[in-house]
Amino acid sequence: MTGADAQAGAAQDRWADAMLAAALLAVDPGLGGVAIRAGPGPTRDAWLSGFRALHTADTPWRRMPPGIGDDRLLGGLDLAAALGAGQRVLQRGVLAEADGGVVIAPMAERMATATAARLAGAIEDGAVRVERDGVAERLATRFVLVALDEGLDDELPPEALMERLAFRIELDSIGHRDALPISATPDDIAEARAALAEVAAPGEDAIHAICSAADALGVWSLRAPRLALRTAAALAALEGRDVIERDDLSNAARLVLSPRATRIPAPPEAEPDTAEAQPEPDDADMPQDPQTGGEDDGPDDTDRGQGALDDIVLEAARAALPEGLEDLWLATGAVSRAAPARSGASGARLPAARRGRRIGTRPGQPDGSAGLDLVETLKAAAPWQRLRGKPTGSKGSLRVRRDDFRIRRFEQRSESTVIFVVDASGSAALQRLAETKGAVELLLAEAYVRRTQVALIAFRGEGADLRLPPTRSLARARRQLAELAGGGATPLAAGLEAAAILGVAERAKGRTPLLVFMTDGRGNIALDGGAFRTRAEQDALNACRRIRAAGLRAALIDISPRPRGEGARLAEAMGATFAVLPYVEAGRVRDVVRSLED
Amino acid sequence: MRVVFPFSAIVGQSDMKQALLLAAVDRTLGGVMVFGDRGSGKTTAVRGLAALLPALPVIAGCRFNCEPDRPSPACDGVCKHAGVGTTPSPVVDMPLGATEDRVVGALDLERALTLGEKAFEPGLLARANRGFLYIDEINLLEDHLVDLLLDVAQSGENVVEREGLSVRHPARFVLVGSGNPEEGELRPQLLDRFGLSVEVRTPDTLAERVEVVKRRDAFDRDPEGFSRAWKSKDAAIRRKVAAAQNRLDAIVVPDAVLEMGSRLCMAVGADGLRGELTLLRASRARAALDGRDAVTEADLRQIAPMALRHRLRRGPLDEQASTVRIERAMDELLAA
Repeated sequence: MTGADAQAGAAQDRWADAMLAAALLAVDPGLGGVAIRAGPGPTRDAWLSGFRALHTADTPWRRMPPGIGDDRLLGGLDLAAALGAGQRVLQRGVLAEADGGVVIAPMAERMATATAARLAGAIEDGAVRVERDGVAERLATRFVLVALDEGLDDELPPEALMERLAFRIELDSIGHRDALPISATPDDIAEARAALAEVAAPGEDAIHAICSAADALGVWSLRAPRLALRTAAALAALEGRDVIERDDLSNAARLVLSPRATRIPAPPEAEPDTAEAQPEPDDADMPQDPQTGGEDDGPDDTDRGQGALDDIVLEAARAALPEGLEDLWLATGAVSRAAPARSGASGARLPAARRGRRIGTRPGQPDGSAGLDLVETLKAAAPWQRLRGKPTGSKGSLRVRRDDFRIRRFEQRSESTVIFVVDASGSAALQRLAETKGAVELLLAEAYVRRTQVALIAFRGEGADLRLPPTRSLARARRQLAELAGGGATPLAAGLEAAAILGVAERAKGRTPLLVFMTDGRGNIALDGGAFRTRAEQDALNACRRIRAAGLRAALIDISPRPRGEGARLAEAMGATFAVLPYVEAGRVRDVVRSLED
Repeated sequence: MRVVFPFSAIVGQSDMKQALLLAAVDRTLGGVMVFGDRGSGKTTAVRGLAALLPALPVIAGCRFNCEPDRPSPACDGVCKHAGVGTTPSPVVDMPLGATEDRVVGALDLERALTLGEKAFEPGLLARANRGFLYIDEINLLEDHLVDLLLDVAQSGENVVEREGLSVRHPARFVLVGSGNPEEGELRPQLLDRFGLSVEVRTPDTLAERVEVVKRRDAFDRDPEGFSRAWKSKDAAIRRKVAAAQNRLDAIVVPDAVLEMGSRLCMAVGADGLRGELTLLRASRARAALDGRDAVTEADLRQIAPMALRHRLRRGPLDEQASTVRIERAMDELLAA
């Protein structure tokens, strides 16, 4: 067999798994759904139409536009009925409409956490609860969610949603020639659904095998083993059996657990004596009693049987581990259980003053910037209808006046605090400081309008000092900056650390901190004051990672005459905007800050 | 009524279960905040709580769950003539996306439009009166709603001034919030308003994990049968809670324990008096649940982390080591 053949074979296997997932979801919608990682294209289209072909023509099929509002997602007051007949009628949202069918969520990687939480809740409860605009209802709905994930790199749909979807499939590596149509029909699915009701509950050994495979792969949420067991039952039903067999468990582990793996289990040879399949040698993070799980089990021979089943299931999952996991493993040493794969991006997800969210209404006239809130306007007008001459109990038009108008109020974006962190060391310090002062003053002069506060941390010699606490006062800034001195060694790490602390403190006050570093990125004093360049660099990098982890927005302006890349490295480590300005110029610095604010 | 997973069938998670029971025994504790991993049973525990709460005597048909001899001023005369009945203690689940009018109550739109009447339609706060109000993913709730809820939870009264209505009605409820810290933190000012705070994690021994999945699977297959099997265990907890409620006022707090509480709060730097008060009240509730007459040092020791962990002054980049700090202080004090 040539290499190309093997590759084609692997692609065909992956496609077979993808279509198997489609069939399983059609059989048991309780599996939640699937996240499909693929760009738009013929392969993804083939999957979607294959999935469609498994359902009868009258199955509800809804596409959920990105950025959908609560009124359409969950439901709300039917305005036409309220205005026309004075009746309070619920208008169902997309999730309730899709009962018994499918919801497709395009661009799932960009989905707001709030939307994901609503979807997750509906999947979990099998219902949508509407408490909106005067209507209160609980609508049962059971749908399959197909999340189309077009993300690059580590951009992923929100974890709260992914958690509830049994399957994750990747289609980009499958050519559309391999994407052959599936032969199953809606009738086959209906038959399997009937069989599913007859499938016996998984035995203790099956549950044990799935749970221990999940553990070995570092899959911590207990929803994953539950979904895997459900998948095993659906697999048995697809083949018309009423008992879950070993292969069902292996296939379920491959389909559900492998894509969620956060670590690579040691090969089984590593622990030939252990009856329990818990291949976690050298894992200092997770002290685990080797006796665990064995206590209430029966005599030795059943243990051995259990161990064998555990091994088989785990082996199936291991063989299907996604490529790239190895790299992850090597890069991080051990993946910590508290922070799953997306920890790197978690900082950006902190709700740092979400802008433009609706927070209510107020009386006023609608114009270009403020929209009319119909429901609230209606409510404002309602009590006065009789006084305005509308006969009681009559249907028809409502009398609305100008002063009934209610407009939508949006959340103010929170005010920002720009924290300058300036390298005041070395010979060029004085020149640099003078320019920075200019930038601070320029920002403060505009701050009156923008309600920005400015703070300044300078680092030189042995440590970092907060030279200007957050202020909006230009006079105060001038006074305090006048005394700034320069020269000496470069305690860069201390400066980074001080900025992070001030940034987090500002955020706790409800402001949006923006860190602006002006440095050449070449520190030579470690955090503990020692003059060791390597340790100093390591400390600085660590501080950068903490800034990133804390989700602080930052920019790094490299001010060295000949940048050598240290600045860029630090900027990358803290996820900061990077700019090179060998000659600090107040106007340019201000532009960098503005770009951060937007 | 939908069948929910029985509280007594939840594996492990003793901190969370205990905090909820303490809040059920002493409803003035100030609510419970549950932070933790996904899939660790936060929602399950709160929903299961409903079955453990003793039934409430109420004015029959009252929309505010008013006590028989204390009708609310908002009741439009209906209550005066109604008889006395009982209702299960409400555990109201606040759905995501709920709008303010449904939370606080608002003008009854249909009556206003067709009859021209200005009538108040009670919201979720009225339904939660004398019970629990649960907000899952509290960190995703709009800030203005969280503020409003905490304010009502503290004052015990819901004041509605909107759409030409002016209504006030009692809204005394225990607020329970839950969330996943990865999806955003709660403002420290808000965190501090909760009486107790617990962290939950998915169980990490294989035996426990297998047991969780096994019970969950059994429940999913036959919710009614599963609940029946656990009914007597739930009932036993319900009796314990009711007995503890009756005993609560008689529990003695020895001076030595009082002093230990103050010293502990000072030692860990827990801000404000609220922490100390909660610590003592929760310790009392624990003694009551245990069927004892007096609070002991052991109560204090066990309660301290959940009563104080969210009130410590923390360095901004501190990891979540609050619990460790409290335990260390406790050890030092007790050794002395």
